[in-house]
Amino acid sequence: MSARTRWVSFAAAGVLVLVGASAGHAQDSDAIERGNALFQSLCAPCHGAAIGDDGQPLLPGTSALSIKYRGALPAVLEERTDLTLDALRVYLRQGSFSMPPFRQTEITDTEIGDIAAYLTPP
Amino acid sequence: MAILPPGVSAEDFAAATREFAVAVGEEWVFTSDEDLVPYRDYWSPVPEPEAELLASAAVAPANVEEVQAIVRTANQFRTPLYPISTGRNFAYGGPAPSMRGCVVVDLKRMNRVLDVDGDRNFALVEPGVTFFDLYRHIQDRNLKVWIDCANPGWGSPLGNTLDRGCGFTLGYYRDHAGSQYGVEVVLANGEVMRTGMGALPNANTWQEYRYGFGPDPSGLFPQGNFGIVTKMGIRLMPQPEHYRSGVITVPRRRDLAPLVKTVNYLTDLFMIGQPQYGSPLSPLMGNTEFLEAATRRGGANEEEMDRLAAAADLHSWSVELQFYGSEGTTLANWEYAQQMLARDVPDARLNDGQSLQIPLTPEQIEQGTMPNQRYLWRSSFGIPSLATWVSLGRSESIPDAWQQNHVGMFAVIPRSAAGLFEAQQVFGDTLRDLGVDTSISAISTPLNWYQFSFFFSAGFSSGGGSPEATPESKARDAEILKTLIETSGEHGWAEYRAAPYFQDAVANEYSYNNHALRRFNETLKDAVDPNGILAPGRGGIWPAPFRDRRGGTTG
Repeated sequence: MSARTRWVSFAAAGVLVLVGASAGHAQDSDAIERGNALFQSLCAPCHGAAIGDDGQPLLPGTSALSIKYRGALPAVLEERTDLTLDALRVYLRQGSFSMPPFRQTEITDTEIGDIAAYLTPP
Repeated sequence: MAILPPGVSAEDFAAATREFAVAVGEEWVFTSDEDLVPYRDYWSPVPEPEAELLASAAVAPANVEEVQAIVRTANQFRTPLYPISTGRNFAYGGPAPSMRGCVVVDLKRMNRVLDVDGDRNFALVEPGVTFFDLYRHIQDRNLKVWIDCANPGWGSPLGNTLDRGCGFTLGYYRDHAGSQYGVEVVLANGEVMRTGMGALPNANTWQEYRYGFGPDPSGLFPQGNFGIVTKMGIRLMPQPEHYRSGVITVPRRRDLAPLVKTVNYLTDLFMIGQPQYGSPLSPLMGNTEFLEAATRRGGANEEEMDRLAAAADLHSWSVELQFYGSEGTTLANWEYAQQMLARDVPDARLNDGQSLQIPLTPEQIEQGTMPNQRYLWRSSFGIPSLATWVSLGRSESIPDAWQQNHVGMFAVIPRSAAGLFEAQQVFGDTLRDLGVDTSISAISTPLNWYQFSFFFSAGFSSGGGSPEATPESKARDAEILKTLIETSGEHGWAEYRAAPYFQDAVANEYSYNNHALRRFNETLKDAVDPNGILAPGRGGIWPAPFRDRRGGTTG
């Protein structure tokens, strides 16, 4: 293999790598975008950063986690970086404390993955 | 955990689930233990674990044709079904069936908002639409209509209506079953029927005239089991330009009578939204003298309560009135309400509350930046919320547990001070005689959830106040609740809604003329659902094939 050929090969490989990275990045971005939309729709009404009503300073899920973690972890889920797909699946399918489980018809496993991508980008 | 529907062989059940899969696709038929966990009642009141109301399977159709196919299969294999909308009516059964072993028909995938008309003020929705979904649909299109939200807002407007839920705004709209305008339903024989003007081909008035011609059977479906509702029309409240509130307090216990009379008058003239009754005397419940006067067996010591209230310069009752309209009309109505009350109770205190232009700004909604008050109660403004969930989760008083006991009673009582006073005494004495910790006293307030009625919350906590639920604590709770249901019946009061475990006990109290109403409903049930495949037992209505299960309760 000549130097030029090697250079072309490396260049081609580089392009391929870049193309691959670009496609992967686009997929990640899509998942993150979908996950964001799902989070705002399904999770944020309880686990968001807005204040509660009825005089409550925090939304119910955020309030519960602030009592649970006492500052050791953020009470607002969007500030967490440790919520993997596996962890979210357990919480959503089994329920956790006063949060009841969610059915496949409410959120699919793929959608849970999107939320995981949003909360914990790869 | 795998169970079979009652009376169905393993072979027939396997054949039925295969047919369900043909109808909806294999991925939407759930039979594994893991997949059925979310179909359990997270707050199941059933004491015996072996009697829990579990589903044998769940099947999730995406459209009406798939619902029809499911119903036909169920008839073929005599497999009882239990339809759910979003399955979020926790404390009333959640997604779990009304009879152990039913196949849950999960309608969550049917989640289209089919129409919202912001000029004619109605919506047409499928079962899987949530209050949040409908709210966002309206906001995204900048339509000038409000929905009346149940709390929590993750429920289904259609499903909540079928459970006779209620909301927070003007009386007509917060009676959700009352503001239902037309349903589409898959009957037990698989046919599709539409009620009211929906029965008229090509009509464009389905959501504007409920009755059509002849009997209107749409009222059979709330708390009933005569079909699977796949579409529902809902009247929507036009977005007002202004919201105003005001608070009236009256000094003496007996002043509640003219206060209720005035509020009833304003309510029935459609001038106010949900009145919020309260008692400023709560701080005195820590005073032993006052506590004894307010919880005296046989009835409150009213003179002593009034004396101690006056000494503390506290009034006995309050009511917050809510006005919807223009700035001018809401002010005029508030001033009129003050004049009305002052005629009967000259020493009433009249306090302005909020005065807000509508629509609220996003900052007002998200950050609660409200003038003249501490917080924004979103539901009064047609905005869905999950706020009530905070009462069930961790709190500073129970940081490492959650409220697993979630039963109680809301009795329909007369909309009068006399009716309230009697309920306070009867429910308070009954619970204290049972040795139950209760906050019921002579300052307990009525709930004016529905326009023309009072509900009384006969709440209690058992198990020594522990939030942990055990079979023993659940059995104790069930015993207490059934006693309350029976005691209510003796006084002409009754629960308006119940989890499946208690549906027979509640229905049993509606017994006029040897249960003529129940016998009529069950005659209809047997005629339209001879195989008894639709929600056996729901609303206390048992089809012939399962009628011997009445009072069982449902296991």
